[in-house]
Amino acid sequence: MTNQVARGKSTLDYEKLVQTEDFKGLVKRKKVFATPFVIFFFAAYFILPLLTGYTKILETPAIGAMTWTWVYAFSMFVMVWVFTSIYMNKAKHFDVEVDKIIEKNVLK
Amino acid sequence: MSWISYVIFFAVIVLTLYITYWAAKQTTTASDFYTAGGSLTGWQNGMAIAGDYLSAASFLGIAGAISLNGFDGFYYSIGWLTAYLVVLFLIAEPLRNLGKFTMADMIGARFGAKKVRGAAALNTITIVMFYMLAQLVGAGALIKLLFGIEYWIAVLIVGTMMLIYVLFGGMTATSWVQIVKAILLMLGTIVISFLVLMKFNFNFIGMFETMKTATPHGEAFLHSGVVYTDTIGLISVLIALVLGTAGLPHILMRFFTVKDAKTARSSVIYSVWIIGIFYVLTIFLGFGAAKFVGSDAIIAENAAGNMAAPMLAGVLGGDALESFVAAVAFATILAVVAGLVLSGASAIAHDIYGQIFKNGNVTEKQQVNAARWASIAIGVFSILLALGSEKLNVAFLVSLAFCVAASANVPTILLTIYWKKFNTTGAVASMLTGLIVALVLVAISPSVMNPVEGATLITGDPIFPYANPAIFSVPAGFLAAWIGTLVSSKRHEKDEISYAEVRFKAETGYKELDL
Repeated sequence: MTNQVARGKSTLDYEKLVQTEDFKGLVKRKKVFATPFVIFFFAAYFILPLLTGYTKILETPAIGAMTWTWVYAFSMFVMVWVFTSIYMNKAKHFDVEVDKIIEKNVLK
Repeated sequence: MSWISYVIFFAVIVLTLYITYWAAKQTTTASDFYTAGGSLTGWQNGMAIAGDYLSAASFLGIAGAISLNGFDGFYYSIGWLTAYLVVLFLIAEPLRNLGKFTMADMIGARFGAKKVRGAAALNTITIVMFYMLAQLVGAGALIKLLFGIEYWIAVLIVGTMMLIYVLFGGMTATSWVQIVKAILLMLGTIVISFLVLMKFNFNFIGMFETMKTATPHGEAFLHSGVVYTDTIGLISVLIALVLGTAGLPHILMRFFTVKDAKTARSSVIYSVWIIGIFYVLTIFLGFGAAKFVGSDAIIAENAAGNMAAPMLAGVLGGDALESFVAAVAFATILAVVAGLVLSGASAIAHDIYGQIFKNGNVTEKQQVNAARWASIAIGVFSILLALGSEKLNVAFLVSLAFCVAASANVPTILLTIYWKKFNTTGAVASMLTGLIVALVLVAISPSVMNPVEGATLITGDPIFPYANPAIFSVPAGFLAAWIGTLVSSKRHEKDEISYAEVRFKAETGYKELDL
């Protein structure tokens, strides 16, 4: 195994590697996991200026003098922290999968 | 300025020089110089990212913007924080998995052609220069204000300090200066925020009530639209903020200073908390300055509001706190410019000299030497530019850097990782188009052209209506990538490195042994 890896580039057939069920599964699961989050945070981010720019619905007081615009903005912060934590947890599972793929397909 | 300011400033300078002295002993290889040998732990790198990220634009700029424009200033906080999700979900790990020292390395992992690396290096240098100019001009103004020394002497002091850190201590010194600065900045911001909140009797909601009548804007202060009266213009700014971060070379470079993608990931977690808390606290800085310093006084000192935070500290805590906050701002600028010099130098020495001219056949010693010379070149050049740019608006330079990063770098970074058909021509077309469109549109925008004489570089009506062109230049970058790829794929252009290899490495972090 060491020889193969050490000789570098030409020894690994990446075309074949990316076609393995394990790798395809990993890529698919990563995509299925990440896509909704990416769509959600971009949407949440750009809906804010659309609402403040074209409507007045966020301009009403929410808590005391604090308007819904501020509540929306603060919830963006919460979103960032929550999404980051979720990503962290999920990524640990993917790490395990990656280790298995390397062990099974590359270091065999 | 009292003796206390001198003591605090002197302490910051001595501390950072000691760090550099200590780091210099451990900096021998190119990898030490560019990436601290990849030896930083997750929290260290997280702090350093925060130190890199919370630049003078964040600290002085946002505090000033909120104090003068209310909620509209807070958009910067929201944008820069959300940008972290883009970096984390889409870029951090593949970048760390594919690259070595620079962003061009990562793109070069897929496209071997020299013109691709050249275009990436050109973008890096352009962004670094704009960003650095902003920091140096800001630093000059800050020190001039505090000590009454001439602008040019102030710029020379900052310029010399940054070169000392980089030349002798490389990335190790730069990282630790950033870590120390992040701690000082958080400390200073927390203290001011606490004092502001105390003045409002710890009534967070009541603070909003008070702000309704505390500024000339009246209730509008708490609403969106004080500055951004045009929604398209606002969205354009927000695009630059959220995507630009993901294309800033000195931020991306920070992901190479850790040993693997897992550590890169954990450093993002640390930095996202630090940066998030900081950005929440910008509300207290801004509101506090508006209420207790007053917008007239803030504008009198600096029209863009850059001095709002130090002035607020002076009102709340007297000379000692003002000096501390000013020293923190000074350290902030030093840390950021040092990081910028390093990323600019890596583009010149590693990408252009090492990879393009020497085909990667350089010895360790040659690499480090080239990097040091490149640092001197970048440093001296930017100091000279800064000396002639005293009147330039700092916020404009920073937004320009973000816009170029978002338009010229981000499309290529994303497509390199995620688009199978993407090819050499597409990458070069995208990087150059993004760069040129962003620069040209800014050159004919209200930031450069203003009918009021002397307000901007050119007197006259702006041809392009938006101060920030990201809403056009980012799509232009993507469009050029698509057209370039389509046009050249008909010629059956072959890229020598297969997408399969890039994909596999990007997803798994697998690396063949470095030889």
